Amino acid sequence: MPANVYAEIVGHCLGGLPDEACGLIGGDPATGDVVRCYPTRNLAASAKLYTVDPREHLRADRDAESRGFEIIGVFHSHTHTDAYPSPTDIAQAPDPGWHYVLVSLRDTHPTLRSYRIHGEVVEEEPVVVEPR
Amino acid sequence: MAVEVRLPTVLRQHAGGRSAVIAEGSTIGEVLADLVRSYPGMKGQVLTEDGSLHRFVNVYVDDDDVRYLDQLDTKVADGVTVSILPAVAGG
Repeated sequence: MPANVYAEIVGHCLGGLPDEACGLIGGDPATGDVVRCYPTRNLAASAKLYTVDPREHLRADRDAESRGFEIIGVFHSHTHTDAYPSPTDIAQAPDPGWHYVLVSLRDTHPTLRSYRIHGEVVEEEPVVVEPR
Repeated sequence: MAVEVRLPTVLRQHAGGRSAVIAEGSTIGEVLADLVRSYPGMKGQVLTEDGSLHRFVNVYVDDDDVRYLDQLDTKVADGVTVSILPAVAGG
């Protein structure tokens, strides 16, 4: 993940406080390389739930395709809990091929982690932030 | 009429890996029913048992989410593109 995308994801999450913030991640589905992120509105406007704006999702999907990559995942913040998928996240995970990025804002320094979700099985994956 | 239906990655496995297919119908409900007839693996993932739109997907006619139009009764005109994307939400 490029350092600027990492910063944009964390920045969008901090900017969404006190609510959860969310967005989509564009990249290469084969390698998991992240190219850019698409911060979106949280339609749920809640500190406990998020819903990616469907129209912004469509726009992001088209933009990613026009640039030769795909939407390969979603990020969202947890304002008061760990960077680990909640039962709601697991139950509603739409695609086992996606990367589920969680940003915890509980502590002073945000924590970003990424997971794959297959049914009810959650597997953490390493996140490598590329040097600038 | 026949319209192009763009599929999310999670549904492509049921359509031979294709990212877009053709389906017939004059409303979104008819198009989605035709899609599921042609690709039965999508049954239960696009429409629910009672035939309503599954809450885990969003369906668009060109740029518009059909939930803000006439839902499954939304008319499809010649040349429109129908897109299906996962509804992305959590807690």
